[in-house]
Amino acid sequence: MLAVRSLTKLFGSFAACNGIDLDIKSGEIHALLGENGAGKSTLVKMLFGVLAPTSGQILWKGESVRIPSPGAARRIGIGMVFQHFSLFEALTVAENIALSLSPGISLSKVAEEASRLSHLYGLPLDPNAHVADLSVGERQRIEIVRALLQNPELIILDEPTSVLTPQEADRLFETLAKLKAEGRSVLYISHRLEEVQRICDRATVLRHGKVTGACDPRKETPASLARMMVGSDVASVSAAGTNTKGDVLLEAKHLTVPSRTPFAVALKNVCLKVRSGEVLAIAGVAGNGQGELFDALSGEYPVADPAAVSIRGKAAGNLGITARRLMGAGFVPEERHGHAAVTTLPLSDNLVLARSQSDRKTFLAGGLLGIIRQAVVRIASTRISEAMDVRKSGENPAAGSLSGGNLQKYIVGRELDRQPAVLIVNQPTWGVDAGAASRIRQALVDLAKSGSAVLVISQDLDEIFEVATEIAVISEGRLSDAYPAHDLTREKIGLLMGGMYGKTEGEVAHAH
Amino acid sequence: MRIELEKRANPSTLYSIVSPFLALALTVVAGGIMFALLGKDPGSALYSFFIEPLLDVWSLHEIAIKAAPLILIGAGLSVCYRSNNWNIGAEGQFIAGAIAGAIVPVVFHDWHSPLVLPLMLIFGIIGGALYAAIPAFLKAHMNTNEILTSLMLVYIAQLFLDWLVRGPWRSPDAYNFPVTRDFAPEAILPELIASGRANLGFALAIVAAVGLWIMMRYTLKGFEITVLGQSERAGRFAGFSSKRMIWFSMLLSGGLAGLAGIAEVSGTIGKLQPVISPGYGFTAIIVAFLGRLNPLGIIAAGLFLALTYVGGEAVQLTLSVSDKVTRVFQGLLLFFVLSCDTLIQYKIRLVFSRLGQSNEGGAH
Repeated sequence: MLAVRSLTKLFGSFAACNGIDLDIKSGEIHALLGENGAGKSTLVKMLFGVLAPTSGQILWKGESVRIPSPGAARRIGIGMVFQHFSLFEALTVAENIALSLSPGISLSKVAEEASRLSHLYGLPLDPNAHVADLSVGERQRIEIVRALLQNPELIILDEPTSVLTPQEADRLFETLAKLKAEGRSVLYISHRLEEVQRICDRATVLRHGKVTGACDPRKETPASLARMMVGSDVASVSAAGTNTKGDVLLEAKHLTVPSRTPFAVALKNVCLKVRSGEVLAIAGVAGNGQGELFDALSGEYPVADPAAVSIRGKAAGNLGITARRLMGAGFVPEERHGHAAVTTLPLSDNLVLARSQSDRKTFLAGGLLGIIRQAVVRIASTRISEAMDVRKSGENPAAGSLSGGNLQKYIVGRELDRQPAVLIVNQPTWGVDAGAASRIRQALVDLAKSGSAVLVISQDLDEIFEVATEIAVISEGRLSDAYPAHDLTREKIGLLMGGMYGKTEGEVAHAH
Repeated sequence: MRIELEKRANPSTLYSIVSPFLALALTVVAGGIMFALLGKDPGSALYSFFIEPLLDVWSLHEIAIKAAPLILIGAGLSVCYRSNNWNIGAEGQFIAGAIAGAIVPVVFHDWHSPLVLPLMLIFGIIGGALYAAIPAFLKAHMNTNEILTSLMLVYIAQLFLDWLVRGPWRSPDAYNFPVTRDFAPEAILPELIASGRANLGFALAIVAAVGLWIMMRYTLKGFEITVLGQSERAGRFAGFSSKRMIWFSMLLSGGLAGLAGIAEVSGTIGKLQPVISPGYGFTAIIVAFLGRLNPLGIIAAGLFLALTYVGGEAVQLTLSVSDKVTRVFQGLLLFFVLSCDTLIQYKIRLVFSRLGQSNEGGAH
């Protein structure tokens, strides 16, 4: 149906896609695999007319076509569901759908058609609901229905399950199977190997902008797929094991935080305990209060009740992040750029960023305004880079010039270098290549083994099962009890993720 | 044909150095065109604008006098702008500092002591800082926009000064002219060297600029300013408070503007009058940007902008053009500085073909 011949996209001298060949047959679900930065998004943006290829050919049903715009892509029968939705929260489902259609179609007709399609494909959706009230999964359905209304023959889905619970993902897979049965093709972009093996007929693997393999994913093992993606074997993490557990080093007691903005999630009565030697992992779908929990535990936004958070047995709820660092805690936030690091500043300055007070005696030479000992900071920065195998250009480059994985290794290494008694990490390997991810996970496990308490907030269940000794699930700002990692399965976590507190009961029931 | 701006992967080091000079060159070219349109010979006009003031000792002194407030205010503003706080009201803080400092020689004119001058300078700093504290408080606690509040306070300060010199502070021996009594000799900022009028204000400006440069370059405080200016969230992660930074940067820039104000009335004018500044507080914004928000660069930029004041007066005399020429030059300069700075982050590409084809893609 769609063929791509030696398609190349250059950004300056950098080849984001380099001579890509790809064939999609009608009625197949075709996976596009690759790490972050492998060129997946660039490729599909060219197919959908968002980017213009530098050279190469796109063949649609055997004929060479030029796709200058998304409108043109839709006209020839290509639909796309982006990873980031483009919906107006204040409008209803039907209004949002109507916006993408040609003007002059009445709203009631759109609503009718949308609800017909949503029933046909098992995507329950109320056309009159306001988008602001809908869950992420429901919002994704709007995007899918919007794409289906154009009656496309090829649908491109960009990382569709990254925002879904396992149960929501199962439903999406049923929809995809229906589409396939009708003879439509699906181009499915993911880096989740298990999913790809489950639903895709064929897979094309990209690495550094080039095709490194085309295969039937069902005949491969996760390890062999990973090797194609990464280009080498990925070290497996040796788990924390069953250490003798020590004192409680981090504790939250009835931590309740109202939401700061209308779009934030309120934390409701969160209780948790992390002992020395433990890795407590908090699973959950994005946007269920993970960021807010990190803010409250790190002290970036302290709470009124001192007893709500305690670090090494001392009440810290009302203390700021500096005081909590001085009590022996270290923090790694989710966002690298502009939160954990200032991208325009060199690595050594980014070391001062996190440790100006905890290492005051070493890094500062005193004085009213605090003179920074640049030479000492640089030596420490080099030590961290070596310990974590941070690959960089030059001795002390700007943080923004490092790849995501290398910057994350530096940010984690910056805390590990202090040997913190408590480490709180939000999404430790989000958007990080597999090699760096396994290195970071191993470092977290090793820190726990050496007697620290580690709290990992993550959306990645593979990661959680690799590092955790205990697992809890966050949903709508509530935290479940923690269970020993070996007692939990993905299905159980999925049930907890879907929300055990009423609002989304329907979905939980469906899953049974 | 259309012009496309393409973001560079890394900021260009070449252009970050070349940009101010390119802006200067473009300003001179545009200024030449302006003189030509006014019917004056551009060559001789530009000569008397930019070169002549550099040839006489007295005009060099005039440049130093005018550069002093520009550097003092500009250096303070650079710290403020680096921390992402946009104090546009330095002109008002300049006036507030002048008024506060003048309390000593005007209200207590019978008191003679070597302490008068130091007290005046301290009062000037406090006056400017307090006046900047108003927008600082409003931003830190009421979340108002400091650009608007600080700017509006300029007009209040100007009118307050006007009222003061016409009303309660009017000199009894000035034949009803709206001025205060002349400052006593011990309330006058001494001259720097014997050859001319340039006063201690210039030395204060250099010391302040170098001090701030050291702070920005070597200290944790400077680091805090840079971090909070780049990313408030990263600053919070580091344990820095953006609220305290609002206070710090506004009070610092306000205090320096106030010091510039009292130095100006004490060193140059010798009394208060309805208008004490030819717009130093606004011109200092240009100085801050032309100097790349770097206090050392600001010394050079301040001297250059002072030249535009002196040169503007020169062409006014020799060519009888309007005194607004200075303002036009300064405006042109700011315009070209800001546009040339675009080249640091972006490449310019001229695209001749494919008109309108990929426009549609941008909307999705």
